[in-house]
Amino acid sequence: MESGNDMTETASVSGFRASVTAEQAAELVPDGARVMIGGFMGVGTPARIIDALVARRARDLTLIANDTARPDVGIGRLIAAGCVARVIVSHIGTNPDTQARMIANELEVELVPQGTLAEQIRAGGAGLGGVLTPTGVGTVIEDGKRVVEVDGRNYLLELPLRADVALIAARSADYMGNLVYSLTARNFNPVMAMAADLVIAEPGEIVPVGVLPPDSIHTPGVLVSHLIRR
Amino acid sequence: MDDRERIARRVALELRDNSLVNLGIGLPTLVANYVPAGIHVNFQSENGIIGFGSAPPEGMEDVHLTDAGGAFVSAQPGAVAFDSVTSFALIRGGHIDLTVLGGLQVDKSGRLANWIIPRRLVPGMGGAMDLVTGARRVIVAMNHTQKGEPKIVDTLTLPPTADRAVTLIVTEMAVIEPSANGLILREVAKGLSVDDVCAATDAKLTVAKDVSEML
Repeated sequence: MESGNDMTETASVSGFRASVTAEQAAELVPDGARVMIGGFMGVGTPARIIDALVARRARDLTLIANDTARPDVGIGRLIAAGCVARVIVSHIGTNPDTQARMIANELEVELVPQGTLAEQIRAGGAGLGGVLTPTGVGTVIEDGKRVVEVDGRNYLLELPLRADVALIAARSADYMGNLVYSLTARNFNPVMAMAADLVIAEPGEIVPVGVLPPDSIHTPGVLVSHLIRR
Repeated sequence: MDDRERIARRVALELRDNSLVNLGIGLPTLVANYVPAGIHVNFQSENGIIGFGSAPPEGMEDVHLTDAGGAFVSAQPGAVAFDSVTSFALIRGGHIDLTVLGGLQVDKSGRLANWIIPRRLVPGMGGAMDLVTGARRVIVAMNHTQKGEPKIVDTLTLPPTADRAVTLIVTEMAVIEPSANGLILREVAKGLSVDDVCAATDAKLTVAKDVSEML
């Protein structure tokens, strides 16, 4: 009986995620890495990991994200600190620093329609060879892409996006890395957690296993490699 | 009433009961202030919510609850939050009844340009291309001219947002409906003549038989 309990506990403990400091997490993101970062104008962006990346003077990152927020907020702090060589985003309108660096050829900017970006990341995480979307047909987004006609309507073939690392912000995590997001802070986080080789989550709180009801969990903990410790 | 309010009030008359509506950043956001009495509108924001409400009481802002412009909002009873994939499945999949967007130019066929002025202003398209592609109705809410130059043009000089005609153009001067036969002038603002509107418009306008004063 006693050994049975021990086994259960061992099995459970082995399912726990590694907890690391933000500084340790920043060391897991090598210079030149391709990095997805959750968030929408800084809402739902892992701020402590970003600060640690700035502190370790990360360089030449390629970021895949919805936007670059503002110069002093979220991803904007990485841009301002010169950590980033290239961004794949849907807009940069709220960050004059991104625009200035783009014009000065210090930063490469690839603009992607927001829904297309979401589906490209989804395809990357879902094992799909791409998606067909009507968005962008007849615009500059069509340039260089395959146009596929289905039932008389034209679609663009958009290829999957994956990353070396995804940096995720969540409201809550349990010890096994199961994640729950809050309101509009969810945005790109769940889909990015599917599409990277290494997934590091920065939760607002870490609670015991069982506190988060199975039906309410947004991201399965099996996708998460590391949690940022309190 | 200033121009922006005039435009927002007129667009608000296009809102339908129980519809799902996405308002763009800037002028279109004002439309929410003029929802006609007795009409319930579900406002969607592309950052992942249906049913957001007005700004919260000072000091009660939730850092996890903003609109697509990053401004703090509240949530109404029945509100629902979701991720970006779901948000754009709603948008691209034809589930949005109406989107109201700002515009830089609209051409004679009703095609909109609103996301870039090459080499001068490069904000990016955000959700605009998906919205114009997928929403059932697209209303452009914009000033009729920019520094005296017409924004309703024969041919776009700016890159288009989508290969599709918008449903309606509402400016401080007029309401104009794109059709297979070109742009139709439906309403003219109080105090202006049809000639005034045509003079401020580069594209050819066909005057509707029942052209009326702007509502």
